[in-house]
Amino acid sequence: MIEVKNITKTFDGRIVLNNISALFEDGKANLIIGRSGSGKTVLIKNIIGLMTPDSGEILYDGRNFLNMSKSDLKLLRREMGMLFQGSALFDSMTVLENVMFPLDVFSKDSARERRKRAEFCLDRVNLSDSGHLYPSEISGGMMKRAAIARAIALQPKYLFCDEPNSGLDPKTSLIIDDLIYSITKEYKMTTVINTHDMNSVMNIGDNIIFIKEGIMEWQGDKHQVITSNNKALNDFIFASDLFRKVKEMENNQEEG
Amino acid sequence: MYKALHRVGEYTLLMKKSITLPDRWNMFFKQLIREIYKLGVDSLWIVIIISIFIGTVIAIQISLNISSPLIPKFTIGYTTREIILLEFSSSIMCLILAGKVGSNIASEIGTMRVTEQIDAIEIMGVNSANYLIFPKITGLMLFIPVLVIFSMFTGILGGIAASYLAKDGMTPASFEYGLQFYFNSFYIWYSIIKSIIYAFIISSIAAYFGYYVKGGALEVGKASTNAVVMSSVMILLADVILTHLMLT
Ligand SMILES: Nc1ncnc2c1ncn2[C@@H]1O[C@H](COP(=O)(O)OP(=O)(O)O)[C@@H](O)[C@H]1O
Ligand SMILES: [Mg+2]
Repeated sequence: MIEVKNITKTFDGRIVLNNISALFEDGKANLIIGRSGSGKTVLIKNIIGLMTPDSGEILYDGRNFLNMSKSDLKLLRREMGMLFQGSALFDSMTVLENVMFPLDVFSKDSARERRKRAEFCLDRVNLSDSGHLYPSEISGGMMKRAAIARAIALQPKYLFCDEPNSGLDPKTSLIIDDLIYSITKEYKMTTVINTHDMNSVMNIGDNIIFIKEGIMEWQGDKHQVITSNNKALNDFIFASDLFRKVKEMENNQEEG
Repeated sequence: MYKALHRVGEYTLLMKKSITLPDRWNMFFKQLIREIYKLGVDSLWIVIIISIFIGTVIAIQISLNISSPLIPKFTIGYTTREIILLEFSSSIMCLILAGKVGSNIASEIGTMRVTEQIDAIEIMGVNSANYLIFPKITGLMLFIPVLVIFSMFTGILGGIAASYLAKDGMTPASFEYGLQFYFNSFYIWYSIIKSIIYAFIISSIAAYFGYYVKGGALEVGKASTNAVVMSSVMILLADVILTHLMLT
């Protein structure tokens, strides 16, 4: 469980995150949704420590992230995995070496065991045949899967995904969503996902946080998201015709 | 002016972060060997080819310009040697390498920055500057002097070749006598020391420009151009200072 309390972040005086508080629960896909530029990436980067908030608190199962001793921080880092928006695989390494990288950094296992673990993770994301290829030689969907394998190599307790579906076709997006979701359930991870993809919201939205211009507007789950009366949330969700029609149909059913 | 000072500060801090003992030596050595291998494979041939041709041309040019019967013929070999040992193989060669290797380092690190690969290293608690930059600095400081020695050797060979090809003016015998005339081995050390310092300039400045890229592919391109310009200027500046310190 990750608790975010009153996080504020500014860049040169411009407020990007305004007093955000949220709770991300274990064994659930916790979604952060909002338009492009609403501050989703900045929020996730603050939570994992790539940026430091101006004020606020972040608690990882009660452990205060922002004033931790170096050795505690190292232990916590081992429990975190991140899937970046553009996959962020290392160009100079093969897919297998990419997955082995976090193991090389943290694990005290022998080289053979590390390799076995990396191969297991690749197999878990259906990439066991592509370990020897370089990131430039595989498709965008495969890069995402390789990046997921790298993120879960150390069996993290906390998994962060920044727009896992960006740049993918709808079908591949579904595969990636399902993969992240089943891994979350399998390892009881606290998974935090940034997205503006409504398909993901409806598929895997166990716990949803909606931010608009740096302010947390709404929190709920995928069932509540459709029926909510929050104006800003409705504007965001029903920007797509399809979802507007779904909502109209539901309303008609209720009346009839 | 404020911006320049800001950059100097930023550069100094980055170097402080980069130049520390690595946490994981096996990862450091893996990177170091990769850097040296890349530098060796990519640059050795270009260094050799350029040096042979420039050595030949220097000898021919000098022999054309010294046609006075009052100046002994061995002067050609002597002057060629001095130019190659003192300036060409170190300073000019490193200017060329700044263009080739420097732009490569800046764009490699810059691309890693804009595609979040550096962030991916940082979240594992690894000091990304140390992991990425330190092996490059060490690799260049170890291997550029080797390239410089190759350049001296092949440059002189180019000069000798010219003396064999020349119809009049120099002869191989006079050229060789000139090569050995008043030979001061300190000049070789002087060149090697200079090249080690240039290697630091090239790698650290290129790494700095790459590490702080913001934006996308366009900015990576700009950063690598800026890195080449800045390191070339710094090499020339260092050349003046080092020559003053070591030879006068
Ligand atoms: N490093 C930075 N420096 C200054 N402004 C930034 C930085 N990172 C993000 N921003 C700004 O913060 C806002 C939110 O960005 P971001 O979190 O990337 O949005 P998104 O919700 O699309 O992920 C944007 O207006 C962006 O310009
Ligand atoms: Mg984003």
